[in-house]
Order: sequence, then C-alpha cells, then structure tokens
Amino acid sequence: MTETVDRIKTLARELLTGGKVDVFIGYQDASVPLASRPLLIPAKKTAEGDADIIDRLTWNSFCSNNLAVFLPKYFENAPFRKSKDPVKKTNVGIVAKACDLRSIVALSKERHAPVENVITIGVPCMGKYDRRKIETAMKAAGFDFSDIDRYEEQNEEAADGQVAIHLKSGKSLVFSREKMLQDACAECRFPMPEGTTHLLEGKARNPGDGGYGRIEDFEKLPLEERWAYFSGEMEKCIRCNACRQACPTCYCKECFAEMTDLKWIGVSTDLSDAMIFHIIRIFHQSGRCIECDACYRACPMGVDLRMFTRKMVKDTETLFKYLPVFSREETPPMSTFREGDTEEFITEP
Amino acid sequence: MPAAAQSTAGSSTRSGEDWEPKIVAFLCNWCSYAGADLAGVSRMQYGPNIRIIRVPCSGRINPLFIVKALQNGADGVLISGCHPGDCHYISGNLIARRKFALVKRFLFFLGVEPERVQFSWVSASEGGRFAGLVNKVISDVKRVGPSGKLAKRLMKV
Repeated sequence: MTETVDRIKTLARELLTGGKVDVFIGYQDASVPLASRPLLIPAKKTAEGDADIIDRLTWNSFCSNNLAVFLPKYFENAPFRKSKDPVKKTNVGIVAKACDLRSIVALSKERHAPVENVITIGVPCMGKYDRRKIETAMKAAGFDFSDIDRYEEQNEEAADGQVAIHLKSGKSLVFSREKMLQDACAECRFPMPEGTTHLLEGKARNPGDGGYGRIEDFEKLPLEERWAYFSGEMEKCIRCNACRQACPTCYCKECFAEMTDLKWIGVSTDLSDAMIFHIIRIFHQSGRCIECDACYRACPMGVDLRMFTRKMVKDTETLFKYLPVFSREETPPMSTFREGDTEEFITEP
Repeated sequence: MPAAAQSTAGSSTRSGEDWEPKIVAFLCNWCSYAGADLAGVSRMQYGPNIRIIRVPCSGRINPLFIVKALQNGADGVLISGCHPGDCHYISGNLIARRKFALVKRFLFFLGVEPERVQFSWVSASEGGRFAGLVNKVISDVKRVGPSGKLAKRLMKV
C-alpha cells in the first residue's frame, strides 16, 4: 500500500509540474477515522510552490468514493460562449480504481469526459471496506467510531486477510476482511483496470462470478412482498438527492427532479414523490450504472439502493447484452436498438 | 398532466361494483391515433374508460409520463405506437421498445401489477385491433382493481 501511495504521489508530481494536467484528482485521509475524502489539486497551487499538498494524497482500503463524479463539470460548455471562441479544455489527472474507470469510460462515450483530456492512473483494487458494516460490528462489541485510535490491515492481499482496529483504550478488535467489504466490492466482476494511461503494479482481488443471486431471490417473492420492501426502503428516503450527487453518471445540468415548468416531483413529503424520483433516476442509469454503490454510500438513511440499481444492470445485460466495461467502442444501449430486441412485454389483444 | 387523470381520485366511485377504471392512453400520432380514429369511424364498440393523449411518436414517451399518470390517479396506462419498422420517424418506436422493456420489468420488480402498464403496437389500419386492445386493457385493470400504489394521497381538509 505505501508503495502504491508513493507511486501515485510521484506520478501526480510529474503530471502537475510537467504541465500535463491542470488538476489532479485523488484521495486524502478524512478527518474522521476509517474514511477517505477526495483531494482535488489544481496545478496553479503547485506552481505557486505549495508542493506539500501532493503529500496529502493517499491510498488505502477506505478510498471508496467514485472520483469520476468530478469529471463532467470540467468539460461543460461555458455559458454565453461565442461559437468562434476557442474552447480551452481542462486536462485532468485522476486516480482510478476499476469501477471509477468504468464510469469514466461511460462518461467519455457520452462526451462528458473526452479521452484526450483525461489522464487515468489505474490502481488494481483489493476491495474497499464498508464503514457501515464495521460500525455495526463495533456496536455489537459495545464500541463506536469515537473509540478508534488507528487501524491496521493484516495480510490484506490474501483471502483470509483481517483488519485490526486499535481502540484508544488499548484494546483491539479484529474483523475478517471479506466480511467487512462493501457488497459492491465483494461482488465486483472487474477489479483490475484496463486501458488506463498509467497502470500501477499491484494485486487485484479475484473477480466475482457476476451472479445476480440476491436480485433473483427478490424476483421470486410475491408481488405484494416486493412492493412492501420497496415502500419500506422509500419511506426512509428524505430526498436529500445525495444519491444523485454522488453518482458519476447522473450528470444532467437540469435534473427532472428540479424542473419547475413541468413540476415532475412534488415538494410534499408524499411517498409517491420519493418513489418516482428513484424509479426514474435508476432508469436513467441503465447502461451507465457500474454498480459502484456510490449512491448507497452517499445515502444518509441507508436506503438499500443496490437492490434496485442492480436490477437495472441485470435487465440491461440480459435484454441488450450490454455491460458498461472498459471498451470505448460499444454504443450505450439506450441510444441504439436492434431489430430483434425483446417483444415479450407487448400486449396482444 | 391531463385533467382526466387527476379528477376523482379518492371519491366514492373508487370502490364498489360500479367502479370504472380510468386509463390513460398515449397514442402515437401516425399509427395508433389513426387506428383509434378508424375504430371510431367504423363504429366499433369499446369501453369509454380510456383518455387518449396524442404524442408525435412512441419514442416521445418518457417513462416519467407513465409513473406520473399513475401518481395522478390513473388506474392503468396504455402505450401504443407503430409496429416495429413502420415508424414515421424511422426508428422512434425501436428506441422506445428498449425503454418500455426496461420500465415494464422494473415496475413489476418493484411490485406494481403488470396489468397497470401495457404496451402494444397498433397500425392505422387496425381499428379492430385497437378496440380489442382497449377492451382487454380495461378488463385487465378491472381485475386488479383501483390503483393506489403509486398514487399521491392528497390531504383531506
């Protein structure tokens, strides 16, 4: 891990001082334990002599944010730009796990992150921890996050790796690594980035089998039970829109949820408004969603969004044979069609 | 949304034997709307439960329209466009077909009855098919009863 951090710092320094990028996006330690937060380093800052900022870059098993979410705004057309004005595109350097990279590819297909302007630094991924799982496990043992002094990973590249959490009291809690991983990581099918500008050495976890076990089990439930689960999850939603903000492929400048001329989503606390927001937001992610769980992580209420986003991924894969991976050639499924697309849903009188 | 979809949600006609469903039908201008016209001109009988909204093409239909109709009190939604290959805009209905396939599956996954939202292709010469389709949708929706799952409940004052 420390070698990876050093290599990220060296590359960042090279890119920033060499004038290759205008901004570098990576991770830094958060102010709370067991977390990381994004770090955006403008080249202007390093040119002014503030080189220390690069040393804040980090890489550990809590770097779970999907950094691709910051890309689209760098490539938006400036308002009131005259068509003859030259377009100055920002060059961005970005640390990319395989999931971030898949989002970047999805964005570049839709011209929100041009390939020539984005320098990706691929980092093989061993999976990231789910803070909520650790929190629950610690609570079960009678502790909470405020007791944490530091953490230590043991044998992190092996299947039986563990994470030891040392408490301020001197006690230590040891959890199995696999059990504390995010669902998105445990089920990850593509842990190794492909087609990056720079690829760091390292070990990636074994790819998951790509099964949709939990979704298929849910599909077998009776209609009313499914509806009860969906309504139960939606009741938790406070409509803070954090899922949308965290999602890299939710890039619309004007979201349907904020339109006022046609007021699609009401301002009341009615459950149906939350439902419609989520149904349509998730529908908009078909062919874009890479199951990174950024929405789930961002959700302050712990809504089980993965169940629903994953269903959309499953249907897009089974119906249209499309999975957003590293290839930049395939057209996104919702902007194309095939003659033999499914007609199973058509009502015959 | 059209007034028809909003009107009597919550009134006494929502239950009991005399309940008649309200169904919003999005019909494409070039085929299905003309098909509905032909059904009328040919004096074919079909239920009066549908409220037609004419759209330029089935590709114009945003899944938001569907859920919004259900939210505003529609008991069912029918969507119809030209048969694949006959689209006036060449590929509008083929793009729409992909959207509809996902929406139909997704709503069923969440627990919305599959009878509520139905899709079909009706050409301008298929007046009989249109009348049959409408009757089928009406009887389907009558079977599953009044909609309530996505409907917005307005406060009683």
